[in-house]
Amino acid sequence: MATTTAATRGKSSGIKVTDAPAARGGSVGTSGAVQNTRWQQADVREVIRLSPSIVVLRLSLPARVDHLPGQHYVVRLTADDGYSASRSYSIASAPDDELVELCVERLADGEVSGYLYDELQPGDQLEVRGPIGGWFVWDAGKPALGIGGGSGVVPIVAMARHADHTGAPDRLRIAASGRTPHELPYYQELRDYGATVALTRHPNATPGVLGRRLAAEDLAPLMDGAATAYVCGSAGFAESISQQLLMLGYPQSRIRLERFGPT
Amino acid sequence: MAFASRGFGGRPHRQRDERLPPGQYDVGSDWPVLTAEVTPRFSLDNWTFTIDGLVGMTHTWSFQDIRALPESRYDGDIHCVTTWSKLGTSFTGVSVDSLIAQVQVAPEAEFVLATSTTGYTTNLPLADLTGGKAWLVWEHEGKPLTAEHGGPIRLLVPHLYFWKSAKWITKFTLLDHDEPGFWERNGYHDRGDPWKEQRYQGD
Ligand SMILES: Cc1cc2nc3c(=O)[nH]c(=O)nc-3n(C[C@H](O)[C@H](O)[C@H](O)COP(=O)(O)OP(=O)(O)OC[C@H]3O[C@@H](n4cnc5c(N)ncnc54)[C@H](O)[C@@H]3O)c2cc1C
Repeated sequence: MATTTAATRGKSSGIKVTDAPAARGGSVGTSGAVQNTRWQQADVREVIRLSPSIVVLRLSLPARVDHLPGQHYVVRLTADDGYSASRSYSIASAPDDELVELCVERLADGEVSGYLYDELQPGDQLEVRGPIGGWFVWDAGKPALGIGGGSGVVPIVAMARHADHTGAPDRLRIAASGRTPHELPYYQELRDYGATVALTRHPNATPGVLGRRLAAEDLAPLMDGAATAYVCGSAGFAESISQQLLMLGYPQSRIRLERFGPT
Repeated sequence: MAFASRGFGGRPHRQRDERLPPGQYDVGSDWPVLTAEVTPRFSLDNWTFTIDGLVGMTHTWSFQDIRALPESRYDGDIHCVTTWSKLGTSFTGVSVDSLIAQVQVAPEAEFVLATSTTGYTTNLPLADLTGGKAWLVWEHEGKPLTAEHGGPIRLLVPHLYFWKSAKWITKFTLLDHDEPGFWERNGYHDRGDPWKEQRYQGD
């Protein structure tokens, strides 16, 4: 617990958190990631609609605890009558970003994602707790492979940003898959990073982009030397990618999955 | 809970089902898959179930041995920590009670570490596995349990959050102390009672 750093970020916050997270309902996972389960009210600083279905939220937290890429926050919405709904959202930002960035895909009729996309504005308050998760995390230490499908690229983007900021972009290789550029969050950033990008429903061929699903032949060259493979996306995507990695001889014990979104 | 989210009304015409613990929503006929590991494929022919630790003698069952025990069915709800619940579902298998009845439990045994074929572990108080509250199941709503949902066989402890219902179960180790399992070491609650919203350590 002594190694825990509870940093305060964002100019308006000014509250210094000095007690160990454990004392406040936090804990340290096996990977060294610190977890904080206290609810707090974040200031919504920026709301960026990246496409007709994707929104980026940039939040300032009054009592922020440093995260590791791969961790998530829980967002809780509360109606006037006390009814509330909470959902998990992976962190997109690197640990050294001033703000915490989340990226939400608006689902048709989605209760929480619909509100976050349609309704939330800068200046609003958003109730959150986190960071949470101690297993699907990467500290930019050992070489890794990150594979994301759709909104499943969000934690992989946090890893890429962290790799960049810590001067180790060669430590993370990425493969990302989406239907169209509009449905793949951070499409351009992933391309600039040098990720292998696959677009499965994009009518126009784009140079340097695969116009089909990710296949074993695309993953094989990325796999070498990766101590851990992080796979994130829908259950179907995670299942198919992990089976391909196994087929290529990548050890099962070194694959970490995060499954979310529709099946 | 004075805080309210500006402009949030929640899903229109929602009716809070009394079977839903706080913070949960009803997924209807869906059944989301949440696992941290690659889905293993194995057959019940070469699967065994073992109870070891604080017991008179370690006991191992084949699937045939288990099929010889009285079948038991669970009709009710399941609750995942990621906030979905599945209401009015059913599973078929054997009650954990009929397995425990075949071993001699040491008086100091109070906790269980459940282990899967993948090495996944989760910890539970022994009292949460006995008294008609837990099952090993191989059928869901009358059909064989699929691999992604923990088939061919999984633990079912429906009164606790579903990560306690270890998929691909293969062993119980009886202990005199609580030893955190996989998610519990990674920040999740040691007991996981959905009615008390024990999601994370410290809740
Ligand atoms: C660890 C983790 C990390 C995650 N990270 C991210 C992330 O970075 N980005 C992201 O976008 N998502 C992420 N998710 C998924 C996210 O938590 C939500 O599940 C997602 O946003 C959908 O929530 P919702 O309230 O909008 O939709 P819900 O209201 O939960 O509905 C989901 C779908 O089911 C249908 N539905 C469900 N119930 C009803 C009903 N009663 N009536 C009508 N339709 C219904 C909706 O049409 C919708 O399409 C993550 C999940 C986990 C577990």
